[in-house]
Amino acid sequence: MFPFIWEWVWDAGHYIFFGGMWYVLIILTVGLNWCIYKALKDTKEGKGSGQGHH
Amino acid sequence: MNTESNETRAKKFGMVIDLDKCTGCGSCMVACSAENNIPVRKDESDKLLSITWIRVYRITNGKDFPDTEICYFPRPCQHCGGKHDDGHSPCVSVCPATATDYDHSTGIVSQIYTRCFGCRYCMAACPYHARYFNWWDPVWPAKLEESLSPDVSPRMRGVVEKCSFCFHRYQLARDKAYQEERDVEEMEYQTACTQACPSGAITFGDLNNPDHAVYTLKKDKRAFRLLERLHTNPKVYYLSEREWVRRAGDNYLSNEEPTGAPGAYELKGKGGH
Amino acid sequence: MDSALIPEGVERCSLKRFTLGLVIPAALVIWGLYAAYLCWFKGLNQTNMNDSYGFALWIWADLAVIAVGGGAFFTGFLRYVVGKDELKNIINFAVIVGFCCYCSAMLILAIDIGQPLRGWFIFWHANVHSMLTEVAFCLSLYLSVLAIEYLPLLLENRKIDQNPFWHNMGHRMHEIMAVFAATGAFLSCFHQGSLGGVTGVLYGRPFGLREGIFIWPWTFFLYTWSAAACGPCFTMFCCKITEKLTGKRLVKDNVYDLLAKISGWMLGTYIVAKIADTLWWAVVTVPKTGFSFMQFYNNSNNYHGLWILILELVVCGIVPAAILLKKEWRQNSRLFMVAVTLAVFGVCLNRWVMVMQPMAMPVMTFDQWVLYFPSWQEWATTILPVAGGILVIALSYRYLPVFPQERELNPVEKS
Repeated sequence: MFPFIWEWVWDAGHYIFFGGMWYVLIILTVGLNWCIYKALKDTKEGKGSGQGHH
Repeated sequence: MNTESNETRAKKFGMVIDLDKCTGCGSCMVACSAENNIPVRKDESDKLLSITWIRVYRITNGKDFPDTEICYFPRPCQHCGGKHDDGHSPCVSVCPATATDYDHSTGIVSQIYTRCFGCRYCMAACPYHARYFNWWDPVWPAKLEESLSPDVSPRMRGVVEKCSFCFHRYQLARDKAYQEERDVEEMEYQTACTQACPSGAITFGDLNNPDHAVYTLKKDKRAFRLLERLHTNPKVYYLSEREWVRRAGDNYLSNEEPTGAPGAYELKGKGGH
Repeated sequence: MDSALIPEGVERCSLKRFTLGLVIPAALVIWGLYAAYLCWFKGLNQTNMNDSYGFALWIWADLAVIAVGGGAFFTGFLRYVVGKDELKNIINFAVIVGFCCYCSAMLILAIDIGQPLRGWFIFWHANVHSMLTEVAFCLSLYLSVLAIEYLPLLLENRKIDQNPFWHNMGHRMHEIMAVFAATGAFLSCFHQGSLGGVTGVLYGRPFGLREGIFIWPWTFFLYTWSAAACGPCFTMFCCKITEKLTGKRLVKDNVYDLLAKISGWMLGTYIVAKIADTLWWAVVTVPKTGFSFMQFYNNSNNYHGLWILILELVVCGIVPAAILLKKEWRQNSRLFMVAVTLAVFGVCLNRWVMVMQPMAMPVMTFDQWVLYFPSWQEWATTILPVAGGILVIALSYRYLPVFPQERELNPVEKS
């Protein structure tokens, strides 16, 4: 999972596999954080008084 | 699957079992269990739940009396080298947590008990049923516990175990040889089953070393390996004069006839394949 | 009593009736939790598995729920990536069903491993050559995606929605849902495929072994394909049952029709590929290992017969595909139910065949066929997530605006 664990080998298998994994994790984390940041900003600006749907 | 360099060339430990010499006495199974701290339950009658790193099968030629013939077929872990003999054994390649590993310096397939989390994928992958799961916590009768080997760690419930070619013996021999700045001698490293066999049916050694008996025996015209056609590349060879025994080592279609070479066959009445 | 939580403009049964309806699934959950406790604390000796049947009911259940849970990723893909707008009316429900399925898979896996406390080793000490590693990674990541997709729906609950932050959060999540859905579709393609690879790569087990391309056996592609075909069928199946239980129409027919048509095409093409794969396997792959195709089906127990293959390919493959492809047939409600039921049953049967049969079959010439029947603990722990799923769906339906068309289809007369 990390290069400091002994099973780690610098080969194509590890690049593709863990590359994909970290890529997805980054997308999910960045996406969620973006939502939280924007929602906080919206709330500060007084948007969303609790009615209506999207 | 890291490649480890060795002072000398890589070894490839293997076994040759002469089935014509095996009497089915079961000494190998007993010696193996004692050597490797295999637990004993009250009821071991269900062989699908019982741990036997080396198991002696009894096979017959299927003929009626007086033509009936019997052969006892000991089956340890085959320490497969994998499709291209590159260490991708059926079990090693599937273990998700690298709990079973192929040692390129010895050719031995290891099992790391404290790493195994018991998914049993390796058991599903092994066509030889050489892998066993610890369905229960290991227990020994009170007195027997005192005779456990300190060189082999007992396994906990919920992990897979299998024959290690008595790897702890190799470690001891290798350490001694290293101190004395020499290579491990053939007789210095022998498995418990090999030494226990009263009829001398099991020979063990380095398949790559021309000075070892197994090097010559594996080339014997009677030699074959179990399920050669699956390309698992086992390191256990079997010897038998009897054609039906050699045929029992592999699966053949009804129009195929096994030939001398291990796992090779030819179509009936046509010759050559 | 709970009217403040119920979405506006829809009608729900009384809380008493609702609670009574949940007694049986709740009891099944408790029973399953007790069995799980036994397996965790006493070990897997509580099961009827053995050294030949190391993969059994649980692994089948895992594969089956993930296959039928594929409705979430494929419907999400069609809705957000392809842009089939009508599917917005069923996507919430598909996500809930998928979420339940994937939670089930994770729970069953956690019970299935011999050393549950070491479960994290699969991530920490990952062997990238193992299909199971790929499954574990993609499965847990995709479960996170499903949770993220489910979250905005939860935030639409009337009470939660009153909080401005959660309201805005839900709104913002909807905005970038396509990114999450596309990530989910990417992950799903891999883990559905890896599940297919689980037995496909076992070159020591000729029954499961398949040839393929690069590192992927053909089953890799077939599993993804069949999940995309049958997953939406399961979503529609559950949706129809919900309609039956609530006595309401919740989704318009054109939505069902569109999804059924797409499923029909997926299932039809899948079954062609599956038949081609079976033929290649029977004629080329299997004989190379020294087995004849019929050896797998002629055995002393008369249990693993050719009938399974016919049932899977014809009855649960060609028949539902034909019904779903022909407009008049799929628009007949009875035939539609037959088709989706058969498709769901078929994909579960396929997973059963690929997991259970390779274990039953002897490979060494002097080995025996092995039969296995699950213990009550295995049944209970397998039923547990199904019952849990029913609770989640029931609670979601009651308190969340799952079906956007519900108000229109079931107008409430104001007194």
